[in-house]
Amino acid sequence: MILRELSEATGVSGNEREVRAVVLDAIQKHADEVRVDTMGNVLALKHGADDSDSPTAGHRHIRVMLSAHMDEVGLMVVGYDNDGFLKVRAVGGIDPRLLPGTLLQVGPDHIPGVIGTKPIHLLKEKEGQKVPQIENLVVDIGAKGKDEAQRLAPLGTYAHFVTQFRELGPTVSGKAFDDRAGCAVLVELLRGARFHFDLHAAFTVQEEVGLRGARVAAYAIEPDCAFALEGTIADDIPKDKDISPTTELGKGPAITVMDRSFVADRRLVRLLTDTAEELDIPYQIKQPGIGGTDAGAIHLAREGVPSVTVAVPCRYIHSPVALLSVDDFNNTVRLMRESLSRLTPHTLTRRQ
Amino acid sequence: MKDLIRKLVETHSPSGTEENIRAVIRAEVESVADELRVDPLGSLVVHKRGSGDGQRIVLDAHMDEIGVMVTHVDEKGFARFTSIGGVNPLTCVGARVAFADRTVGVIGIEEKRENNSKIPKLEQLYIDVGATSGDDCPVHVGDPAVFTRPFVAQGTRLIAKAMDDRIGCAVLIETLVRLTDTPHDVFLVFSVQEETTLSGARTSTYGIEPDMAIAVDVTRTGDRPECHPMAVELGKGPAVKVKDSRMISHPAVRDLLVRRAKEADIPYQLEVLERGTTDAAAMQLVRSGVPSGCLSIPCRYIHSPSEMVDERDVENSVRLLLEVLQSA
Repeated sequence: MILRELSEATGVSGNEREVRAVVLDAIQKHADEVRVDTMGNVLALKHGADDSDSPTAGHRHIRVMLSAHMDEVGLMVVGYDNDGFLKVRAVGGIDPRLLPGTLLQVGPDHIPGVIGTKPIHLLKEKEGQKVPQIENLVVDIGAKGKDEAQRLAPLGTYAHFVTQFRELGPTVSGKAFDDRAGCAVLVELLRGARFHFDLHAAFTVQEEVGLRGARVAAYAIEPDCAFALEGTIADDIPKDKDISPTTELGKGPAITVMDRSFVADRRLVRLLTDTAEELDIPYQIKQPGIGGTDAGAIHLAREGVPSVTVAVPCRYIHSPVALLSVDDFNNTVRLMRESLSRLTPHTLTRRQ
Repeated sequence: MKDLIRKLVETHSPSGTEENIRAVIRAEVESVADELRVDPLGSLVVHKRGSGDGQRIVLDAHMDEIGVMVTHVDEKGFARFTSIGGVNPLTCVGARVAFADRTVGVIGIEEKRENNSKIPKLEQLYIDVGATSGDDCPVHVGDPAVFTRPFVAQGTRLIAKAMDDRIGCAVLIETLVRLTDTPHDVFLVFSVQEETTLSGARTSTYGIEPDMAIAVDVTRTGDRPECHPMAVELGKGPAVKVKDSRMISHPAVRDLLVRRAKEADIPYQLEVLERGTTDAAAMQLVRSGVPSGCLSIPCRYIHSPSEMVDERDVENSVRLLLEVLQSA
């Protein structure tokens, strides 16, 4: 699974180099043009097939953008104490409850580190019930004093989670499935047969800090429509109240109709749900109003881009380890491939 | 104009599903437009050609309205929901919402709350469509709905849901219908997705590349009992926006509106809005920048199912816009 290489590569927002290398290697042979833009996005073009027998032939001129972001959440070194511990801040949304005792790697040389925590033996009463904030945590890379810490991890050095990718039968686990799952789906789509239209793939940077890469990618591509591919929240763990979940593992790809960043184009939602119904591919509508994706930036490019987000449900995203269902992953690839095969200018025609 | 306003406010079109209202507006403007197009996100752009070498002017009103969207249907068939745009939980309880297929739901509130005197959160409310189980519930996750409430005209006051911003749409339509001659290239933008992300106005303006843009939208008032102080009152004329929480009007646009109002003896007020914004905030930042301003229709109870405006302010908004468009 390409997801293994993608997941194990590191790419905290603004430092996507390793992931970019994996992506470039994976798609080079399957795209007609590949370039890296000024922000660091990988933009790949795969021309449409000239297949005159196909019912969708003659629609080569539609410009379809598929995006997945390469970056992941992580930490950045912002200071030191005199004993050589690193002070850090979050890059992207990180839940501080998950941090104490977590293994990290620091900097381009992947210096091993651990987020320091007081052993349980020494905890004072009630101290163990409080969640330490990131500002109060330190990263221990074993440096002997401030000078060594500064030399090993200069200010601004990134730190990232370290989690081995594991196949657990029907599920796989690893880090950064948000959004390496989307990257892997996009790689699979590029590796398959040509579509009837020019496919513009964008592996974007800096999504987790404000949808930044996607914005310029969409400006450059000028698409007629866009699909953001994601790894999204699955919160199907036991709950007190019957008022959610966001998505559930094993129930198929999750289609967004509205989140905090945009309202999805209903024609594209319908294309996806009609295709799924027709082919009996499981799917779910993601709980509206939660989260945001690159589609929030893409739909605003130039004169506007009808957009939708399709995601592989992942448990425990934005933590050191996430878990997804292989069936969901494969069904996401299949739903995308089949839906795109049915996409024509008519899909984007408005009746009113 | 009342019939037009009634037709507009009673149309069902929350942000993201503006097909219905677009069809209604299109039917009203088709015969008087020189050119008409629906742009990629769904905004309706109506072009009226100018007779001289005037400016390219955008008049914008958003056609979407706030609403709710189903986030979960429970085992008993009750639907949980989130807001489309800004929805106040206080105005939800007991309200009715209508889905696209005309299914009506009542909004109920959990009674087992920690503190019953506190304003509830949206997640403590639910929509009851009368279903008995999740299986027979006619509404599904992702279905949008809008508040329902009939249009009422009482004296000079007009009361309805979605005055924000169908009243702006009505002003634009009426302005276009009465517009006889203008030196300017006028683009009426009936925008989508204002209540959620100000998306439609931004992308439409990019396509038009105007020299100036004016949003026509509602604004709050300071004329109710014990309300937050604000120097805008119902019935005292359209309000020329000075600033709101996300934009400062271009002084040239603001001054133009004030000057034309004075010349034509049209009552007007100046507006400083502390909370809220309009499409103008998005339009002024398009491309290399667009001088933008906003003509506001004073409105009480914004984002409730019973928004109240004054007919005279509406009429005076049309008059003022005509003055702006008909002079060089």
